[in-house]
Order: sequence, then structure tokens, then C-alpha cells
Amino acid sequence: MASTWRFAWRNIWRQPRRSILTMLAIAFGAALLVFSIGLQLGQYDLMIQNSIRIYHGLIQVQKQGYLDEPKMRSSIANISRLASELRQQTGISAIAARANGFALVSSEMRTYGTMIVGVQPEYEQQVSSLPGVIKDGRYLSSETASEIVIGRSLARNMQLKVGDELTILGSGRDGSVAATIIPVVGIYESGSRELDRNLLQMPLQVFQDVFNMDQHGHAIVVYEKDVKQLETMRHQFQQLVSTYDDLVILSWDEIQPGIRQAIELDYSSGWLMYIVLVAIITFSILNTFLMSVLERTREFGIMLALGYTPFNISRLVMLEVLLLTLLGLAVGTLIGVAINYYFYIYGLTFSGMEEMGKLYNIPATLTPQMSLKSIFLGPAVILVFTLITALYPATRIRKLQPVEAMHSI
Amino acid sequence: MNYMGSLLFSLAWRNLWRNRRRTLVILFAIVLGVWAMIFTAAFMRGMSQQVLEDTINNLTGHIQIHASQYLDDPVIDHRFQLLDEALFESLNNPQIKQISSRLRVPAVIASERESTGLIMVGIDPENESGISFLEDSIVEGRYLTDPGDSGIIIGRKLAERLETRLGKRIVLMSQDKDNKITDRGFRIVGLFDTQLEALEKGFVFTGLETSEELLGIKGEVSEISILLYDINQVDVIAAELQQQNPQLDVKTWSQLEPVSKLIVDLYENFHLIWHLIVFLAMGFGIVNTLLMSVFERTREFGLFQSLGLKPGFIMGQVWVESVLLLSIGLLAGNLFAWLSVLATGEGIDVSAFAQGMELAHLSNIIPFVIISKDLILANSVVIILGMLTSLYPAWHASRLVPADAITRV
Repeated sequence: MASTWRFAWRNIWRQPRRSILTMLAIAFGAALLVFSIGLQLGQYDLMIQNSIRIYHGLIQVQKQGYLDEPKMRSSIANISRLASELRQQTGISAIAARANGFALVSSEMRTYGTMIVGVQPEYEQQVSSLPGVIKDGRYLSSETASEIVIGRSLARNMQLKVGDELTILGSGRDGSVAATIIPVVGIYESGSRELDRNLLQMPLQVFQDVFNMDQHGHAIVVYEKDVKQLETMRHQFQQLVSTYDDLVILSWDEIQPGIRQAIELDYSSGWLMYIVLVAIITFSILNTFLMSVLERTREFGIMLALGYTPFNISRLVMLEVLLLTLLGLAVGTLIGVAINYYFYIYGLTFSGMEEMGKLYNIPATLTPQMSLKSIFLGPAVILVFTLITALYPATRIRKLQPVEAMHSI
Repeated sequence: MNYMGSLLFSLAWRNLWRNRRRTLVILFAIVLGVWAMIFTAAFMRGMSQQVLEDTINNLTGHIQIHASQYLDDPVIDHRFQLLDEALFESLNNPQIKQISSRLRVPAVIASERESTGLIMVGIDPENESGISFLEDSIVEGRYLTDPGDSGIIIGRKLAERLETRLGKRIVLMSQDKDNKITDRGFRIVGLFDTQLEALEKGFVFTGLETSEELLGIKGEVSEISILLYDINQVDVIAAELQQQNPQLDVKTWSQLEPVSKLIVDLYENFHLIWHLIVFLAMGFGIVNTLLMSVFERTREFGLFQSLGLKPGFIMGQVWVESVLLLSIGLLAGNLFAWLSVLATGEGIDVSAFAQGMELAHLSNIIPFVIISKDLILANSVVIILGMLTSLYPAWHASRLVPADAITRV
């Protein structure tokens, strides 16, 4: 057995230039795949993390049908109590209740129609990064304080600053007129256009008073950093709310299907390119494998005459291919990992990245993912492709006749 | 010389087919590579054209003119005289194909059950026709008939959200020229359906004069959208218009929609990178295959030299061989790419990822578009880099010492 390995190893170096060129082709493919897959996965992580972190949470409890048709009347009764029950039962404190409404909001100069959200300030800070990005003033102080925070773009459009008063005019849950005057205590800047332009937050109880909500609300947001916990948590909450027959548990990707779809689209189109690339590489090295068999017909004839079985020889050839490929993959993977590691430390950015980042909710610097999956997925695909390719020359050996083969040049 | 040339050519051609299998394998790799280059380029071109087209259709046009503060603060206060003489004069430019003037202000729409904030656009239906998506997107009811048309056209998704339908009345509220809240009832005369949900939910259209009446102004607009005959002239014309109307704000589509511009630029840059990657993937194979065929013929080349052929001729022969190989690969690759594009017809339907596509400023059907510029780029990358790469094996062949080479088996 050991001698077969040595045989294979020496055979590779009989044609050093050819072997090195073949290895380089494989290494190039491996490095490219490791780099781009790492970058892709890293970007997806950021997109998911940010969309969860900034506002929407990992899962939400909502009234059935509210997601598709967000009507004020599709609300959850006694929402604060339900939220605190859930906190107790699960031991997770990052659980916050919200109520959503639409209203005409007027400053002295301007009137805009926008979303208003009632939040529990104490818990909101744990489920969303919005309270942490207040650029002027401060966040809401308590659940009963009559005050409001507003996004940077909206504040600019409405010519508002901290301390100014806002008039809110909308309709309550029961269809009655909802109106109040409320001071702005803080202006936030999240980087997400939608939130900065179209969202106001006020304390939940004040919201419930203004909009005649009684004790109702529309969503309970649960934050968890680790996306892998999704299914466990979804199951856990499903059971906890099972006594209410019309509540549903929604995951981040159901609430924001756009992000998931953008990822899937990017991932599948990425793989399409990778597969094409790997196929090109495989074909361009197929000749090496083919030649290393064809030019050794005479040698194989002698080996057959000496008592080697065609199986032994095929195995030897496969082993050569395997060794060559593994060498190439090792070199390529190392290069790829080194590049990724560099960008992992220093970050990767290019011009226009900032604009792009705002669109997808990611920072202007990308970091590649450094995981077993991101590192070994690409090289594994190449290995499979090359081994399949090597089957072709190996099968030719089975057709060899010792005497004929020995006579060929 | 002519004789030498044709000898070179026919020798190269025959040599190419001496080892048919090997030539076919590498040819396959080249064809696959060229196909991948052109097909992917067609896909990227389709995407970027789609982004561009959608951007221009979505009310942007090639150039827009606003009052100087409008873009920062898009409200009724920032409007300008449409019939200003200087403006009128400067718009009388043979390069300008079409002009549409609009009144475009934030508003709140309310049905019997729901209300939401959006943008109201007052248009002159005749001028608007063809400059934006609107007329072609009406799926129910009718388009507006004249500037005095008092009907309103809303998006289909918006109608669903408001629980209203064609023929029903809705109320529109906005601020008039004195910043007072003004409102008016409209009958829904048409529903439009576009691929971008944000557009469907965020805009309603009525007659220009009707909207003037609502806001209490006359002969003033917030926006002029301009379509040119040739989009490449956009910067020149915009600069001219700006110079002639210094008090107004003239912006090109790329300034108005930097993200679309960024996406278009990214695709543009990615073309060359992708071509280089694909070429590298097959380049190793090309060199390896040519080297193999050179080394097999060591004896033959030695013989040539001892018969008096110059090393340059031998180099030329190998080089012509590889250029022939590349040319065949290019021809077939181009042909297959063209056939594949034909086979995709209108394009590929990615509506499964609709919301993800919307994030990327794309609509649901992506056409494959082949333009000569992309073809030239892909083909030149292959032929130029291919010629350079094959110099290496050709140089190897010419470097052999006749006496050594001829005695080698």
C-alpha cells in the first residue's frame, strides 16, 4: 500500500512542469472560490444580523393576518401582560411589545403622513438598535412619558429639532379621532432610509391612550443574536401562545422576505458562476489526466505483464489525480484563507459601498465569513468534479491488453 | 512569403488534428469559457439595462428640473413658474425628445377604512404618456384624459391596502401654498400595476390642473422631467440647461438615483473581471495542452531545424496552431452563446424573488442582451491574452537544439 502511494507521488513529478501547471489551475479555482464564498457568506451574515438587530427582531408574535394586512383592528389584547408573561416563562428579557399606527404629523411648517409606533422603552432598547442611535437629545424615558423620538430624514423634512412640538392626527382603533400634541425629545439616525424617513416612536401607554387602543398592541418582538436558535425559539413560543388560537409566530425572513430573497438570488447566481468556472477548470485539466494515461500505455503493458491487475493500475492513476488535486487545493485554499483573513482583520471596501450598504442595511465595510463551511465548500466541489473527470482515463486502463500495450510507443 | 504563410497555416491546421481527442477536450474548455463569458455578459447587460430603464421610467426621466430646494425638501413651497421665458427658450432644444411637467407633493390618502401617506403627482396626461411607466401600466379603468381630469389613478396594491376599488371615492389631504391643510374627494378612475411595489403603494396621479386647484396655485410646477433622444448626451444637455437657468436645479438620472448608477457601474466593471477569471481558468489548460503537443514533437522539430527551417518558423507554427485553436473556440463559443440567448426569449422570470429584486432595484423579468461592445470585450480578452499565453509553448518549441532533439525518442 505504501509503495502505491510512493509510486503515485513519483509519477506526479515525472512531468514537473505539467503537474505544476495543473496544480496552479486547481489552486487558482480553489483560492477564488474560498475568497468569494467567504465574502458572500460574510455579507449575508451582516445583512441578516442588521435586519434583525435594527428593528425587526428574530421572531415576532402577531395576530394572524396582521402581516399581510396591517390593520389597527388586528391587535393583540393585553399585550404588555402577554409580553411580561413570555419574559417570565422563557427567561429571555429581550422581548418587547409594540403597537403600530398611521397618522398625519404636523410641525409648525409641514405636515407628513407617517408610521407611529408605541414601544416599551425599557425593553425596546434590548430588542432594537434604534434607541442606541439617537444623535440629538435622548431616547424615551418611561412607558408613560408623553414624548416622541423621530428619524433624522423626517426631522429634516419637517424642519423639527429637539424640544419642538408635534401635532398628531389620526384615527384610533375604534375609528374615533386620535389627536395629541407631543414634544420631540430625540432624533435618531439608523442609516436605514425607511426607518429614518418614515417612523416615529412614542411610549406604548401614551400610544394606547391617544389611539384608543385600550390595552391592545400589534406585535411582540423577540431578539436573539444567534440566528441558528430560530427554529427552537419559534417552537418554544408557538407552544407558549398556543392557548390563544389566533396568534402566530413570524420569523425575521417572513417579516422581511426581501432580505432573504436577495440573499437566495445572490447565492444561487453566485453558484451558477462557480459551477461554470469549476467546469472550465476541470476540462482544461482533463487533458493532463488523459495524457498521463495515454503516454504510459507501454509502461502499463509491462505492469500488466508483471502481474498488476487493471484495478491496481486504475487505483494508481486515481491516486495520482487525488494527490495532485489535493496539493492544488491545499495551496489554493491556503491562499484564499490568507486573503480572507486579511480582509477579516482589515475589512474590504470599495467606492460606492456606502450607498450600497444603506440599500441592503449593511455597513460600508465587508468582512468575509471565516467558517469551515466558507473555507471548505468551494474546494470540496472542485475535488468532486476532478475525481469524476479522472474516472474517464482510469476506465481506459481496463481495456488495455498487455502484449499490444507493450508494443505501443 | 505567401507560400511560407500558407505552409505555416496548413501545417498548423493538420497538427491540430493529429491528436483529435486532446484538441477536442481543450476546445471544449475554450468553448465553454467563451460561452460563459458572453452569456454572463448578456445577463449582466440585461440587468443593468433593466435597472436603467426602470429608473428612467419610474418618473425620473433622463433629466429633471426642480426649484433649488425641492430635492432636499420636496414640498409645495419649492415650486417654479412653468412659463418662464428663459426656461421655455432653453427647453426648445432639438436633442430633447419629450418634456413632462408635474406637481409633486406629499399627501395623505384616506378611504372609508384606512389611510396612508404617499406622493400625489399632478400630470398633463398627454405629455406624460411615454415618459413614464404610467400609461402602459393601467390594468383597470382608464388613463387620465386631460390636465383638468378630476379622476385619480392609484396603484393596485394601494387599493387593496385601502380596501377600496375602481369607481369608489377617496379623500386626498395635502398642504396648500399657504401651508394650510386642504383636502378634496376624488373618484378612482384607474388602477395601475407595476413590478415595483413601492411605486404602486407610494404614488397617486391626477390631472395637473386639478392638483393646482387643490393646492391653490396656477401655472407653477414642482418638477419637469425630460427625455432625450440620446441618453449619452445627458451630461452635456444638463449642463447647458443649468447654465441657462441658474436659479433652478438641473439633475441627471445618475445624480437623482445614485444607487441605480452604482449598480449599472458595478455590472460594467464586473464584465472585465469575470472575463479575466474565466480566461485564467482555461489559460492553464491551453498552455498545458500546447506544451504537451510540443514535447511530443521534439524529434520532429529537431528534424525541421536540421532541414534548415529557422527557429522563428517553428515558433510561428506552434503559435499559429494555438491561434487557430482559439479562433475555433471563439467562433463556436460565440455561436452557442448567441443560441442560448435566443433560447431564453424574453428573459428569465425571477418573480419568485420579487421582493429581493426590488431591493436591488430590479424587476421580475431579466432579459439577456448582447451588445457589440460586450462581444468585442469578451473576444478580445480571449484572443489577446490567448496569443500572449501561447508564446510560452511556442518559444519552448523553437529553443530546441537540433542535434539533441533529433536523437530523442
